[in-house]
Amino acid sequence: MIKAINIKKSFGENVVLKGITTTFLAGKCNLIIGRSGAGKTVLLKSLVGLVKPEQGEIWFDKTNLLSLNKLETRKLRNLMGMLFQGSALFDSMTVEENIRFPLDMFTTMTYKEKLARVNECLERVDLSGKNKLYPSELSGGMQKRVGIARAIVLRPQYLFCDEPNSGLDPKTSILIDQLIYSITQERMITTVINTHDMNSVMEIGDSINYIENGLLAWHGGKENVLDSDNESLQNFIFASPFLKKLRARAEK
Amino acid sequence: MFNEPLFHLGQYINMMRLVISRPNRFSMFWKELVRQMYDIGIGSLLIVALICIFIGAVTAIQFNYQLDGTLVPKYYIGYIVRDITLIEMAPTVTCLVLAGKVGSNMASELGGMRQKEHIDAMDIMGVNTYNFLIGPKVLGGILVIPMLVTVGAAISILGGYLASVPTGMLSADQYIQGLNSFFIPFNVILMLIKAVVFSYILTSVSCYQGYYVKGGSIELGKASTRAVVISDILILVADYILALLLATK
Repeated sequence: MIKAINIKKSFGENVVLKGITTTFLAGKCNLIIGRSGAGKTVLLKSLVGLVKPEQGEIWFDKTNLLSLNKLETRKLRNLMGMLFQGSALFDSMTVEENIRFPLDMFTTMTYKEKLARVNECLERVDLSGKNKLYPSELSGGMQKRVGIARAIVLRPQYLFCDEPNSGLDPKTSILIDQLIYSITQERMITTVINTHDMNSVMEIGDSINYIENGLLAWHGGKENVLDSDNESLQNFIFASPFLKKLRARAEK
Repeated sequence: MFNEPLFHLGQYINMMRLVISRPNRFSMFWKELVRQMYDIGIGSLLIVALICIFIGAVTAIQFNYQLDGTLVPKYYIGYIVRDITLIEMAPTVTCLVLAGKVGSNMASELGGMRQKEHIDAMDIMGVNTYNFLIGPKVLGGILVIPMLVTVGAAISILGGYLASVPTGMLSADQYIQGLNSFFIPFNVILMLIKAVVFSYILTSVSCYQGYYVKGGSIELGKASTRAVVISDILILVADYILALLLATK
């Protein structure tokens, strides 16, 4: 479980996070949603320690990330995996080398053991046999899946995904969502996903945090997100004219 | 006015403090160090050789021109080529050139990694990116650049020979007599001290510029240029200070 308490962050005069308090549950897909510029990415980066908030506490179970020194932070990060918006695969390394990198860095496993773990992760993301390809030889969806494989290779307790569906077609987006969802459930990971994809919200949003102007404007699950009385959230969900028409028809 | 330079100085000192911390895994650090040493050493050998051979040749020709009509013996050409090469040309000019080649390459590599979120990805994994990404570059430079400078010095002296002996400026015996005259072994040490100091400057400054780059491709280009310009200025300042400290009587 991750608990963020009163997180405040500003860049110069621009106050991005104005005191967010929320909880991300273990074994669930916890979504952060909101319009562009609402502060989603800054919140996600604060949770992993890439951005240091000016105020607040971030608890990973019983450890406050913001009270740790560099060495302790690095140790805690061994328990984290992250899928970046652009996948962030090392482009001069093959798929296998990319996924093996954390194992090379942090384990004393033999090459054979590492290879077995890499192949297990590749199989889990449905990319068996793609070991020797370079990231430039993969499609966007495949790159995301390699990113997921690399993020889970050290068997993390916490998984962070920054816009996992950006740049993907709807069908591939659903596949990525389902993959993240099933990995979260089978490994009991605390997964935090930053997205503005409404399909993701409705499919995998066990716990949804709606951010508006640097504040938590709504919190709930996918089962009650459509019925919420938060006007701003409703405007966000039904932003597309097509969805507005569908809703109007359903109400009739 | 002084806020920005002081900020960068503080950030640079903090960076170097983290660079010299313990690696996550020595085998990975070693692998990266070997790659850097190969890239810097083999990758720069040709350009260093080319520059040094002309430095030696030009020094010999110009000194011969200055000696014309004087009572100074011709074999002094060999002596001057040797000492100018050892004391100044080989370490300083080689490192100024390497700041352009190796330094800009390091700044671009790290800056590209920063922009593609590779450094963030490593940070999230728990990698000490200062030590893993910057450490091998700085250490590799400190180990290999003095070797390049030494090879460059030998090639420069050979350049002086090729420019003066086959052209009839002076005989081979005279040139070799010049090389053997008034030799001060400390000059070789001075050359190596300069090479170590300059290589530290050019690698660490370039890594700093690349590691902390912000923005897009234009900023990356500017960071790369800054890496070369600042390294060159600091090398010249360090050259002056080292000359004052080590080469004045």
